[in-house]
Amino acid sequence: MSPPPVTPVSARFTRTPLVVRKERQQAAVRLVLLAMAVLMVLPLLAIISHLIIQAWPALSWEFLVDVPRRGMTEGGIWPALVGTVYLVVISLAVSAPIGVLAAIYLNEYARDNWFTRAINLAVISLAGVPSIVHALFGLGAFVYAARFGYSILAASLTLAIMTLPVIIASTREALAAVPAAFREACWNVGATRWQTIRAIVLPNSISGILTGVILQVSRAAGETAPILFTGAVFFKAVQRGDLFPYRLTDQCMALSMHLYTVSTQVPNVREAIPWATAVVLLGAVLAVNAAAIALRVWLRNRKRW
Amino acid sequence: MDASTPKIAVQDLSLAYGGTEVIHGITFDVRPNEILGIIGPARSGKTSLLRCLNRTIDFVAGTRVTGEIRIDGADIRAVRDVHALRRTIGMVAPLPVGLPLSIYDNVAFAPRCAGLTRRAELDPLVERCLRQAALWDEVKDRLDNLGTALSGGQQQRLTIARALSHQPEILCLDEFSIAIDPVTTMRIEDVLRELRREITIILVTNLTHQARRLTDRTMFLWNGRIIELDRSEVIFSDQPSRKETLEYVNGIFG
Repeated sequence: MSPPPVTPVSARFTRTPLVVRKERQQAAVRLVLLAMAVLMVLPLLAIISHLIIQAWPALSWEFLVDVPRRGMTEGGIWPALVGTVYLVVISLAVSAPIGVLAAIYLNEYARDNWFTRAINLAVISLAGVPSIVHALFGLGAFVYAARFGYSILAASLTLAIMTLPVIIASTREALAAVPAAFREACWNVGATRWQTIRAIVLPNSISGILTGVILQVSRAAGETAPILFTGAVFFKAVQRGDLFPYRLTDQCMALSMHLYTVSTQVPNVREAIPWATAVVLLGAVLAVNAAAIALRVWLRNRKRW
Repeated sequence: MDASTPKIAVQDLSLAYGGTEVIHGITFDVRPNEILGIIGPARSGKTSLLRCLNRTIDFVAGTRVTGEIRIDGADIRAVRDVHALRRTIGMVAPLPVGLPLSIYDNVAFAPRCAGLTRRAELDPLVERCLRQAALWDEVKDRLDNLGTALSGGQQQRLTIARALSHQPEILCLDEFSIAIDPVTTMRIEDVLRELRREITIILVTNLTHQARRLTDRTMFLWNGRIIELDRSEVIFSDQPSRKETLEYVNGIFG
């Protein structure tokens, strides 16, 4: 038998019409995808630049720490800023521990039975409930039934209920990312479930868990409907720069609500004020998200496999 | 205990995942200080059997175990502390699993879980286990390094050191040499020959040469049934009592 004919090396790498067509195809696909990526960034850049240009005349340190003046047509946003911090901190102080512990139960302890499946279904459904429905629930449950009245407490608990399912879902995802082989190795040497969770599972999922919790800050800070129904008010007189102006039973102002009010409810507001309020809200949310990313990078560098 | 009492007595053991039975009523003994080999093709129930022994099968949803397993005469389903039961059995999985902890902590993990925390007791224990697993010389200067950063073969020996760290009476090795080189395999086989003076060893392997070298008796498990269990000289001779054994050992078997 004679050996099969060998293609000479020079002939193997020539640009045949087929090769040219493939190159063109590559370039076209690349161009389309790049265009989409740019298209996606444009609105974001437009929003941010428009906001900052419009808000510029009002933006100052004074604007942050001063109270609204002249029937909210002038002055700053201090009571709303502090109110939002109150609502976010209290709601997450409630929902984060409950959500994380519930997720640990569901992912590490629960057997796959009807009860677990029912809880899972409830979590998923709860995550899909519109915020206005959460608002109504909060009004009925916390303002009236629990007799908290229109208050920071009722509003925070409503926000907590709203953020809870998402925290559970993101925490479960972080826990599930820890390889099962680690758990089995621990069980094989006689470690209990809790010893395994504490020594191996939590240290290696904490970055994902914290990221999930922190991302809920922006949701809690941005929502208007749940707090409008349960504890946020149009105006509340507080001291300029006072760090603790509210009690739990007080009603409070909030950035999202304030933005709505000065944009639509109050006549003759200085034009830059709604824009500046929006910039502060967006800036606060982006700052928290940036902190979440930084924390995640830091924790991931400490990750050990 | 006299030598005639079995270390492990398995009586009519069946195991089902969901509705599918994978082990069908097997009965056998493991004698004290012997090395029992288990051979058999994939999915014949070898690993499942080991998981029944230390009851980590309890963690798998939808399993049903019937029959009886006794260790030193005690029914393992009646033990008060399942974690203590697991500590009497060292388990080495086919693929190396270094825990994301330091090398030292990998080995000290099990003793710590059992309540041993004094450094003066842990240090010599960690050193002894790492020496027994033929790893000490390579890692003694970097015990604080991550166990997960070791090479595959080193991680497998780390796994063996961890399995010895809770001072087991029984050591189960599930195809431990898949991920390691022949030289290291030989070193670990020497370690096993040393260890058998103190403990009982179950060796799941698909290397018939390894089973022939190391084991006293060998069990041929196929499709969840014991085809044959006899002295290894018989199993690996040219006349075991079952035709299937001869065919499997010589590589003719389907």
